[in-house]
Order: sequence, then structure tokens, then C-alpha cells
Amino acid sequence: MCDICGCDDDAVPTAMNLQTGKPISLDSHSHQMQHRRALATGHGHLHEHVHSDGTRHVHAHHGPHHHAAPSGLVDIETRILAKNDALAADNRAWLAEQQVLAINLMGAPGAGKTALLERTIRDIGAQMSLFVLEGDQATLNDGERIRAAGAPVIQVNTGTGCHLDADMLARSMKELHPTRRSIMVIENVGNLVCPALFDLGERRRVVVLSATEGDDKPLKYPHMFRAADLVLLNKIDLLPYVEFDAVRAIANARSLNPDVSVMRVSARTGEGLPDWYDWLQLELRNA
Amino acid sequence: MHELGISRNIVAIVGEAAKGRRVRRVTLEIGTLSGIMPDAILFCFDAVAQGTSLAGATLEIREIKGRARCLTCQAEFEIASFLTACECGSRRLAHIAGEELNVKSMELDEVA
Repeated sequence: MCDICGCDDDAVPTAMNLQTGKPISLDSHSHQMQHRRALATGHGHLHEHVHSDGTRHVHAHHGPHHHAAPSGLVDIETRILAKNDALAADNRAWLAEQQVLAINLMGAPGAGKTALLERTIRDIGAQMSLFVLEGDQATLNDGERIRAAGAPVIQVNTGTGCHLDADMLARSMKELHPTRRSIMVIENVGNLVCPALFDLGERRRVVVLSATEGDDKPLKYPHMFRAADLVLLNKIDLLPYVEFDAVRAIANARSLNPDVSVMRVSARTGEGLPDWYDWLQLELRNA
Repeated sequence: MHELGISRNIVAIVGEAAKGRRVRRVTLEIGTLSGIMPDAILFCFDAVAQGTSLAGATLEIREIKGRARCLTCQAEFEIASFLTACECGSRRLAHIAGEELNVKSMELDEVA
């Protein structure tokens, strides 16, 4: 167990091809060794202070402050996510070349992402080729569900990771190998925060919001809903039994993202799903 | 918790640029609408930097305020969140600042 960030040996992202039962390597660096090396240098406590211009500093206590004129100032001017974004651009180019419609499916845990996918595969799997990449911190459970529904699937386990990134997609996609003119759904880790920040190279972002959540979820997680191309309002069969106000939820989503498409669906009863299937078909034509 | 990964990226980018030279200070630009908490970056940075050429370096974060231009009336104004609407009532805004997530510069211990 790593005593720095709390992760254990399972923290390294792993992936499994559920067709072949073959594990896929996703990570080569030793996370804990990095921490161990860091600890060995033995820094003391942190020191933070705020300057009059609002600038904040933090550093280990290592003697007097130096505020001398900058010597050896080097411009870097690089986006912090540049590496992820470059890999995402590579993924996007390959997917476009293959005319694969890649969808980044996001939502809170329990919103019904996997149930929606199972139903989608059973309903339209015969007309459209569907491939699935399942992201979860742990277990092959969702991957097994997708395989049972009838689609080729790779399960990625992120360990302690809270989202998929472009590198994980690149490596798993090679193994999944979606065929030309197919749909590849990437079911991201159930989380309304972190996945919004990491471009995978997908063509469309779909967020599943369910009637068992609060109708103010879009306001609480603005980055996620702002990034969405389509919001699927799921579990509408439960609307008579819950406090959830569908009209208010949609208004909240559109207050952040005025042009976002919204569909009311139930993965359980199938209500509204033909709209989702039409959308997929149209998007596939444009991919 | 993605701030830990972000901090690792920062250390990797600067470490690569420093080519083994000791880094005294790193300056970041973080937009207030970027979805990244500067406090969490400050918290993670020192731990991630240890054992690298950035160990003990000062991290300076310049926060960049959100700005938008209204696509309806063309007014330009500061926004505190993505929920801010234009005074004209429109929510159709082009976000022109506040989503930055950049490593701006580093200061080396001595001129190479």
C-alpha cells in the first residue's frame, strides 16, 4: 500500500479483453517507487504564503526566501494537458479515418449508463456494429454485462484513477479494434467531475442523468453538462415516484449549454429509446 | 482528485524543459473556470516534485478570471461561473478567458 496517496498495488490501471480473457498492459511506471524516491529526499513541512498581489506560494521550508531579480527565467508556455490532448488528437484522427463514431458516455455512478448500453446492444446490435470500452475503478462486472448483451468489450480498471484518459483509450482501442463504420461507446468512470476535463478523442459526449438524482445536478457539476452534446434523461418510468422535476432539470442543463440536445428515456421500459437510436444512426452517418 | 495527475503533468513538463538543471520557481496560469482548484495543486505539487529537479521549488499560481463575450449584444464582461448570463438576458456566450491551464515559465537556480 502506498502511504502517500493511499493507493495499493491495484492502483495501476489495468485492462482486460473479455473476448480472449487476455490482460492488456496500460502502465509501465512504478507509482510507489516514485513516492519512495520522493520520501527519501526527506523534506520538512510545507510553507505557504500569500503576496499582496494575490499570488500564492508553497514550498518546503528550506532557508530564507529569495526574491531577487529573476535569473535563468525560461518561458515554457505549455498547456498542462498538452500530452493528453495530443494523444486525444491522434485517437480522433484514427477514429475519423476508420469512420468510427466514438462516444464518451459519462454520468454519476448508478445513473444507468451500463443498463442503457445493454439495452442498446440488444435492441440495435443487429443493425449497427457496437463496440464498448468499459471504465471502472475495479471489477469486470460491467464488462461481463456488456459481453452477455452481445458486444465486444474491453474492461479498463483505473485503480484509484477517477477518469479515463487519452492514453488508456489509445491502448485499449488497439485491442478492441472497432471495425470500420462502427460505433464505439466508451463508458467512462462514474463521476461527474474529472472525466469532463480529459479529452479522449471522442466525437460526441453524452451525459446520462437519471430521475433518481437531483434535478439540480447540472448546476452542481457545470463542467460536465457544459461539455455535453447530448443529455439522456434516464429512468423516466420512475418520475411519478420521485421529486425529480424533469422540466427544471432540462432548464438547468440548458442554462449552461443552451443548444444541448436532451432526450427522455427509460433503459428499463424502452420508452424514448428510438430517439437515441435515431441519433446514433445519424451521428454514425456523419462520422 | 485529478489535481494529483495534473501536478504530475506539471512536474513532467517542467522537468523535461529543465534538462536536469535545478528549478527554483514554476509559474502556472490557472483560469477560475478551468475546473482545477489551485489549493489542491499547491497541496500536491511539493509531494510530486520531491526527488526531481523541481524539489523545493516555489510554485506560483496566477489565477485568470473568467471573461465572456455575449453573442447576442457583443458586450464583454467578467464571469464568475458558467451560469453567469449577460445583462441583456442572453446565455449565449463565447468564453474568452478563464479556462487556462498552462505552465507559463520556470526560473532556474542559475543561468546555464
